[in-house]
Amino acid sequence: MALQSLDIVRRSATSTRPPEQRQTPEVVKLIDVSKCIGCKACQVACMEWNDTRDAIGTNQGVYDNPADLTENSWTVMRYTEIETERGLEWLIRKDGCMHCADPGCLKACPAPGAIVQYSNGIVDFHEENCIGCGYCITGCPFNIPRLSKKDGKVYKCTLCSDRVAAGLEPACAKTCPTGAIVFGTKEDMLQHAEERLVDLKSRGFANAGIYNPPDVGGTHVMYVLQHADRPGIYNDLPKDPSISAMVSLWKDGAKPLASILFGAGILAAILHYVTKGPSRVSEEIEKEYKNEK
Amino acid sequence: MKNDPKRILRYTPAERANHWLSAICFILAALSGLSLFQPYYYTLAQFFGGGVWDRILHPFFGVALCVLFAIMYGRFREHNVLTPSDREWLCRVREIVNSDDSNMPEQGKFNGGQKLVFWLSAILLALLFLSGIVIWRAYFSYLFPIWLIRVSSVVHAASAAIFIGLIIFHIYAALWTRESMSAMVYGWVRRAWAKQHHPAWFREMTGGDK
Repeated sequence: MALQSLDIVRRSATSTRPPEQRQTPEVVKLIDVSKCIGCKACQVACMEWNDTRDAIGTNQGVYDNPADLTENSWTVMRYTEIETERGLEWLIRKDGCMHCADPGCLKACPAPGAIVQYSNGIVDFHEENCIGCGYCITGCPFNIPRLSKKDGKVYKCTLCSDRVAAGLEPACAKTCPTGAIVFGTKEDMLQHAEERLVDLKSRGFANAGIYNPPDVGGTHVMYVLQHADRPGIYNDLPKDPSISAMVSLWKDGAKPLASILFGAGILAAILHYVTKGPSRVSEEIEKEYKNEK
Repeated sequence: MKNDPKRILRYTPAERANHWLSAICFILAALSGLSLFQPYYYTLAQFFGGGVWDRILHPFFGVALCVLFAIMYGRFREHNVLTPSDREWLCRVREIVNSDDSNMPEQGKFNGGQKLVFWLSAILLALLFLSGIVIWRAYFSYLFPIWLIRVSSVVHAASAAIFIGLIIFHIYAALWTRESMSAMVYGWVRRAWAKQHHPAWFREMTGGDK
């Protein structure tokens, strides 16, 4: 989404500070998996608000529809049936961008201003600056961004940054009929989540907890999980997601080292030339062949 | 400058064309790649029509470079086999750097340093080609698991940086050693030059006279 903004705290491939004079409170979208009934209204609302339409797919034998995130489906419900000590449980997780405080996509992006993070915590793609290299997909710990075959740009959930900028809640939160998706300041959402945990624990979910992974600096989309000790059972939600060491090596290690190498190489060449001079044919050999000039 | 008996043919027209086409592809691949690698160099993307064109074109420059180098590899491989004399030359490279080659072991068509550039280029281009295919998002990345794409991103960046450093060295060595640039441009070298820099090759070409 493109939105003129003065509250950008991080800007991809930019070493100077972006315009960040305007301060906004940190926001969080809290998804309470225990309240989700899997109606997919959030998916519909997302497409309605953002004017995207996915192709009609084929039945995969499960309720997931579409089967995966796409450049048009920025959120999908992922269904898991599992036998626990409580019997059969349906775990329905609304998947989409987690809006990491330390975003791997933004770290990996080589195009200045293609990915930004606002002071409210939303990580947004500015597709007009996107060059379509797909490095954000390489950098993302949650496998979220999708490259469009139509225009070669990458798309993902914007957390309705355009709505939020105008004081509205995201379309998915607006439409959710059970209140499983709520939106507000980070402070309020954490408090609400704590209240939900009290309720869940009183109902026997001893391991209920908040999913707010610290290794990506926390996220601006959080889950309330009935079984927070086992996030993997929620359709492979990563337990301790972090930016891959390979991505850090690539972006924090290789980038500065390479520039130092090039600079040192050119400097060494110039210094060698002016101190030692060129390598010529010796006068002795020149004399031998002087008639051959 | 053809068939001058006082001069020796060092590079055939086909070899020269092969070399310079590779050089052009290297420059295109390096400049377009640097803008994708390091935001400091993002301005270079303007030479290629902006960021999107840069991203589209870069892999094709790279493939062209790999194909041209593969042909060059076939042409020059036999001349670049490292011999014990090359190893000794490399161990004593400090003397050459100090512009004193009077006591260096005699070198054939290529010296130890040139052979090292040749083999390192071959290894680095092989790494760049393989890792480049994996991270070529438009056509191939979907075939590979994410961990391999991440490893390949690091391998591609690191080998590219080392390769560019190596080529900076290669260009400087060619400028520093007078007349070697014209050898690659025109193909022919003076006998004095050959005797000075590549005595063993000189004897081989001239049948051992002088």
